[in-house]
Amino acid sequence: MKPFRSATGRVAILDRPDVDTDQIIPKQFLKRIERTGYGEFAFFDWRYDADGTPLPGFELNRPEFAGAKVLLAGRNFGCGSSREHAAWALQDYGFKVVIASSFGDIFRSNASKIGLIAIELPEHEVKSLMEGVDLDRGSDLTVDLAAGTITAPDGRTIKFAFDQTTRHRLLEGLDDIGVTLRLSDEITAYEQARPIA
Amino acid sequence: MIEAMPRTLFEKVWETHVVHEAAGEPALLYVDLHLVHEVTSPQAFEGLRLEGRRVRRPELTVATMDHNVPTLPGPIADPLAKAQLDALRANCEEFGVKLHATGTGSEGIVHVIGPELGLTQPGKTIVCGDSHTSTHGAFGALAFGIGTSEVEHVLATQTLWQRRPKTMLMEFAGDLPPHLTAKDLILAAIGEVGVAGGVGYVVEYAGEAIRALTMENRLTVCNMTIEWGARAGMIAPDDTTFAYLEGRELAPQGADWERALGRWRSLASDEGATFDKHVTIDVSDLAPQVTWGTNPGMVVPVTGVVPSPSDFDDPDDREATERALEYMGLKAGTPIEEIKIDRVFIGSCTNSRIEDLRAAAAVLEGGHIAAGVNALVVPGSAKVRLQAQAEGLDKVFTDAGFEWRLAGCSMCLAMNADVLAPGERCASTSNRNFEGRQGRGGRTHLVSPQMAAGAALAGHFVDVRKLEPLTNKTVTA
Repeated sequence: MKPFRSATGRVAILDRPDVDTDQIIPKQFLKRIERTGYGEFAFFDWRYDADGTPLPGFELNRPEFAGAKVLLAGRNFGCGSSREHAAWALQDYGFKVVIASSFGDIFRSNASKIGLIAIELPEHEVKSLMEGVDLDRGSDLTVDLAAGTITAPDGRTIKFAFDQTTRHRLLEGLDDIGVTLRLSDEITAYEQARPIA
Repeated sequence: MIEAMPRTLFEKVWETHVVHEAAGEPALLYVDLHLVHEVTSPQAFEGLRLEGRRVRRPELTVATMDHNVPTLPGPIADPLAKAQLDALRANCEEFGVKLHATGTGSEGIVHVIGPELGLTQPGKTIVCGDSHTSTHGAFGALAFGIGTSEVEHVLATQTLWQRRPKTMLMEFAGDLPPHLTAKDLILAAIGEVGVAGGVGYVVEYAGEAIRALTMENRLTVCNMTIEWGARAGMIAPDDTTFAYLEGRELAPQGADWERALGRWRSLASDEGATFDKHVTIDVSDLAPQVTWGTNPGMVVPVTGVVPSPSDFDDPDDREATERALEYMGLKAGTPIEEIKIDRVFIGSCTNSRIEDLRAAAAVLEGGHIAAGVNALVVPGSAKVRLQAQAEGLDKVFTDAGFEWRLAGCSMCLAMNADVLAPGERCASTSNRNFEGRQGRGGRTHLVSPQMAAGAALAGHFVDVRKLEPLTNKTVTA
């Protein structure tokens, strides 16, 4: 995993509650055995009609959200299926950061494993960030993971809380398995004393 | 002497599985059983290969083919699905993992075969790259879904880093009325607490209504835990649990069984154990539930009507309701019993076990599905299918006009050929009514097996309590 320190970029808004991972990456794209290349299928059924024509009414198809790196989303974003393909698809689409007032637990965990930064803010902060976006021309914001701050389009700084262990791992780009394998002796000791055969 | 603090079921299972823990950091938890299927594992095995790693405990890893498999006999037509199934077979051979492949007679939906084989046991930690892994918590196991990166981590290390979740007790007060099912109970609960009500928690389901449920009905309850955001749901093991497990192929035998029983009996939450949150839900007046919208929390009793956006105070809820009504092609105020259906799906890890099939068949017996309705029953496993055939249930279904299919996930997520056409409306015993879940533009209403069978007969939703034949029949609660 590549280390992540900060990102500055275009903001896109998807202000709908309970966006499930079936919407983020529909099931017809889960048959692939690769880890990459899901970006073109992100939000597929919302993005395109049955003929593959982009649907102008879908938020992410707005020209001023093109090339977005930061997604401002509604509460309980990424609920439902455990498919990591959802996090892969958002990352491959170009998103570095997703900000919402809450996330599905499995989605948030999956995001943290691949270096997609999922930031939880109080609902009113998310709404105020959304309101600060210039819907005619588009806006940029900056997320600094090391400092734990978001610089809003109007220049305001917002602090965010983030799991310390996950932050360290993301900042360093650490591979979980490599870290765990250093504890092999402890795992072996546990196995030898394990109550369940 | 210091008296031991009373502990919850969750705490007991958690604490016996901590391999490593430093203050303020997540714990490294040991995994007793890792279930694997074709969709979320290929990238994990590839990751192992790229790093030259092996599967640490292949004997604690069990694979099945379920998400992609066709439910009609014959070779698989979809080349992508075939490639994924071939990859699973090759990976299991290369890494020494036991595979319950299609056609072996032991295959089926991953959350059906675990309990069926006796692999799912009280006190175990169980993970799988599938959110409905919460199902196995019905045995008093700590079971939850993980993503592919975590699948790879478990394959390589047999452990997982986890922050200790908060605990919730969801207590059901009162007895479940006649003809009401575990599905109605859990749908009503989700309607009450909302689809994000359990985020961050492991929940323990308790109360007389839970105690009275059969093992398979408890599986239905725990299965839907993720639908309200809790990653794991647990039920304290009791004699119902032990009776279900005893004699199963991979359950402990002989002296091992006695030892295991002793351990399992000590798992229930202690008197006085505390939870971070306590919710009580009264089920004594419950009516059969039907979802009307695009998430499982959008649910009303069959006696009710489709809600209106103006019923909600929160602007986000109002907008979500508007969007859901539009997607579902429904008008606010429509009585649920007037909603006509095109398709019926009986199956999925929620409701495809033998008791589910018996319950649906009891409603269907002697009847025929309404003109224009297309109905499908997909047993959860090859063994459930054989058992149903031995009981003549297949005949009841086919006589009623249902198609009797081979085991798999099928139209719960429609990765195979079992898909709704755009605009088609389905009464489904599955777990998710998300947009497009059963096919792009498809409209899913979640119900119990009995309610699905009743809708198949009538061509629209009906209150299964009012159906004549039921009054003389015993239907599993």
